[in-house]
Amino acid sequence: MSQPVLVAIAVAYLLLLFAIAWAVERGSDRLSRLTGSSVVYTLSLAVYCSSWTFNGGVGKASQTGLDFLPIYLGPTLVFCLGPLVLRRILRISRANRITSIADLIGARFGKRASLAALVTTIAVIGLVPYIALQLKSISNGLAALSSSGSAAGIDGPVLADGALWAAIVLTIFAMLFGSRSIRPGEHHPGMVVAVAVESILKLIILTVIGLFVVYWLFDGFGDLFAQASQVPDIGAVFDGSSQPYGYSWISMTLLAALAIFCLPRQFQVMVVENVDERHLNRALWLFPLYLLAINLFVLPIAIAGRLILSPDTDPDSLVLALPYLTGHPWLALIAFLGGLSAAASMVVVEATALSLMVCNDVVMPALLRVKRLGLAEKSDLTRLLLWIRRAAMAAIMALGYLYMRHDSAQFALVSIGLMSFVAVAQFAPAILGGIYWRNATWAGAFAGISLGFGIWCYTLLLPSFARSGALGMEFIAHGPAGIALLRPYELFGLRGLDPVTHATFWSLLANIGAFVAVSLVGNQRPMERARATMFVDAVDSGEVAQIMRRTALVPDLMTVTARFVGREKAVEAYANFARTRGVDPDTTMRADAETVLFYERLLAGVIGAASARVLVGAVVEEEPLGMDEVMRILDETSKVFEANRQLQEKSYELENATAELRAANARLKVLDRLKDDFVVTVNHELRTPLASIRAFSEILRDHAGITDGERREFLQIVVNESERLTRLINQLLDLSKIEANGSMPVANSKVDLAEVARESVAAVRQVFAENRVGLSLDIAVEPAHVLGDHDRLVQVTINLLGNAVKFSPPETGKAHLSLRREREFFEIAVSDNGKGIRAEDREVVFERFRQLGDTMTDKPHGAGLGLAISQRIVAQHGGDIWVEGAENKGAIFKIRLKAMPSKISGAKRAR
Amino acid sequence: MLRKTARRDRVLALFGAGVLLLNPPIVNLFSGYVFGVPALYLYFFGVWALVIGAVALICERGAGQAADGGRDTPPQ
Repeated sequence: MSQPVLVAIAVAYLLLLFAIAWAVERGSDRLSRLTGSSVVYTLSLAVYCSSWTFNGGVGKASQTGLDFLPIYLGPTLVFCLGPLVLRRILRISRANRITSIADLIGARFGKRASLAALVTTIAVIGLVPYIALQLKSISNGLAALSSSGSAAGIDGPVLADGALWAAIVLTIFAMLFGSRSIRPGEHHPGMVVAVAVESILKLIILTVIGLFVVYWLFDGFGDLFAQASQVPDIGAVFDGSSQPYGYSWISMTLLAALAIFCLPRQFQVMVVENVDERHLNRALWLFPLYLLAINLFVLPIAIAGRLILSPDTDPDSLVLALPYLTGHPWLALIAFLGGLSAAASMVVVEATALSLMVCNDVVMPALLRVKRLGLAEKSDLTRLLLWIRRAAMAAIMALGYLYMRHDSAQFALVSIGLMSFVAVAQFAPAILGGIYWRNATWAGAFAGISLGFGIWCYTLLLPSFARSGALGMEFIAHGPAGIALLRPYELFGLRGLDPVTHATFWSLLANIGAFVAVSLVGNQRPMERARATMFVDAVDSGEVAQIMRRTALVPDLMTVTARFVGREKAVEAYANFARTRGVDPDTTMRADAETVLFYERLLAGVIGAASARVLVGAVVEEEPLGMDEVMRILDETSKVFEANRQLQEKSYELENATAELRAANARLKVLDRLKDDFVVTVNHELRTPLASIRAFSEILRDHAGITDGERREFLQIVVNESERLTRLINQLLDLSKIEANGSMPVANSKVDLAEVARESVAAVRQVFAENRVGLSLDIAVEPAHVLGDHDRLVQVTINLLGNAVKFSPPETGKAHLSLRREREFFEIAVSDNGKGIRAEDREVVFERFRQLGDTMTDKPHGAGLGLAISQRIVAQHGGDIWVEGAENKGAIFKIRLKAMPSKISGAKRAR
Repeated sequence: MLRKTARRDRVLALFGAGVLLLNPPIVNLFSGYVFGVPALYLYFFGVWALVIGAVALICERGAGQAADGGRDTPPQ
């Protein structure tokens, strides 16, 4: 294939991606909803897998085996800690409208913009090699695929260099995506979706190439590894005879772990582009899974490359060379597009993130300080912002391209990438210290980051120039001016480590050491202290606002904000804010501290915290606060905070205990009242029959002249009353027996409720006949087997029927007993057409001695124990008893018992 | 409050286990071949998958809780 055709295909592919992004931002509903999905969020995080993964990982694997893995294991481990660390970074950043990693560090460590500018400078210098890496891999790909071999690669004339065209196209692409318009919050949904699409593509393509290699070129994994084990140096990696993994492995894991949140592009997609914090939950495991999947075939492809291709093939283009040289140019083209996807998404997001940082944290603060330009008075600065960003992108891409042309020929992709990782790792101590360590100071962070960066320059950047010929190799071999102790790869005589591990060790040691030491020695200024509290304790912003005590005029703030955000958006945002605070946005002139903070954050969302502070600072009146005063307020705040928390816990416990006590007390009162009632009623119930027995017995004894008829009548009364007494005593005994052992042993035999119903009806038919009350029986299911005690159940049924006949009017009275199946229960219902039971009494009828109606006028119909006993019997059978029905339609008592499983009843029947 | 602490402890323990299992010197214990595939290759991807599975269990189970905790920053 000729190079122009390849370039045309590549450009067409990139245009297709842009079309997707454009469609998303144009906001056809279905597409724009994509950005609200946790899967798209996860896939956008996969911008981590740049062409370093796609081409460089394979190259590395073909040289040293499994050494490529730590780059992906590190992020996996950090994502384990995601619920603690990443979520905290995310929350703090969202609360403070952080737009970049420089913004985060700058916002945490106070007012001066110089720290954010330092971070930005380091990020740009550190990442230029990384961008160069992507361009180099595109250039490699073009060289490997074009029919002219490597002639048109980076050794050829500039204009024929595919990487130059790629750089230009990608720059335009980045400008279109990342700086099309100014939006508060810096969301770029189009870019995110395009990156997600590219992530899917690179995963699919690498997997396809992997399957092709393993199952087409070889006979599966077994065959591939068997052939590999014959090659001595590949076999050595796996049979344990090679060098064991050591410091280099650990340092790569550490670097990758830090890079996953320190790389500007990762911060951009993970924090800035995040639209919903809950997306992180899913991404915490889905993203590592993506990393695992994309790495599954890296080793097989690398080994196959070593086995099939000649040793002088560039290891970093194995993915392309394998299908191409085995006669599958179309597959090679697809592989090229995969690598292009990986490179393009990385370059676009990185350029966007870096341009934001350069614009917000370096250029704008500087321009705003220059009074001569009068920028603070200009009415609309959004266009200026956009052009600064576009210029920054172009400059960054140009640097990347120059670095690639000049410097990178001697390096593998992975070692260039690792260099960038060490640079951005210098931000980690300040970030982690900033969100967890209250006493970290601005000076500490500044010292740590600059010292770490200095050592990075000395141990990695300078030697990379030396190796490419800009400085002599002398410098590496003997140190500057021949001082052996300062040799850049063996600083202070530290030997035995590879350059990256060596640089990681010294730079992070110096960084953390300086950060901690300077922080410990120095003092925090008041405002720094306030910001530390805001970050570490995640204190409510209102409180911090109070500490800052800034006031301003609303129109002033509005004018400043409108210049950058646009007047409409600014007015709308303020109206919303005012509404939540219950303030009228049109009449309030004086902005209190909280309002000032609101405006500052609104601005920060567009131009970064550093610039926002400068701008807002120009219009607010800040009451100077003494150190002592701030300390007092803050200490009080945190004390009150702690005390509040403890108090809350205590009062919560107390509340619980009180509620329990109150419940217990209420229960005791009820029981006490019931006991009194019981004694009184028993007394009354026993005395009444006894009194009449005694009275009639005395009459019979003392009066001789009683007629036979009278005597029989009196004796009948005595007999009746004795029977009533016996019944009462029996029932009382029954009840106390049931209540004494809680669960009176129920004879657990099979009982047929149909039989129970029939038997009960037979027993009471005579009584119904005497009272001239009708009784009908309806058995819908037979047999109706339950487990229980036959006699007890008959007792309950008779009791219910007895009540029915008692409360039914004579002549017109009608009672009805029915037995039905209700799912896995049997239900016996006894209804009557008496005066029924009022709804409020339906609960209490089952209490002992509870007789409804006016006890003074109505003649009691019984001891009032029947229903209490019935209820306890049913409860012992594991069933329910309750009463239904309206007052004029009589009452329906229902019993529900669990049916015996048919299997068991069947088995028993068979026996 | 208790549940939150338990989750934090689990997350920390998982992180510690992952760091130990996926770094030297433990990784140097594996050599040779299992079913014709290098044992080290199987070991890495196996442990990796296990760690991911554990993270998924912890995070997805705690998702509702996290959503509660996220009330102070409503989605925009």
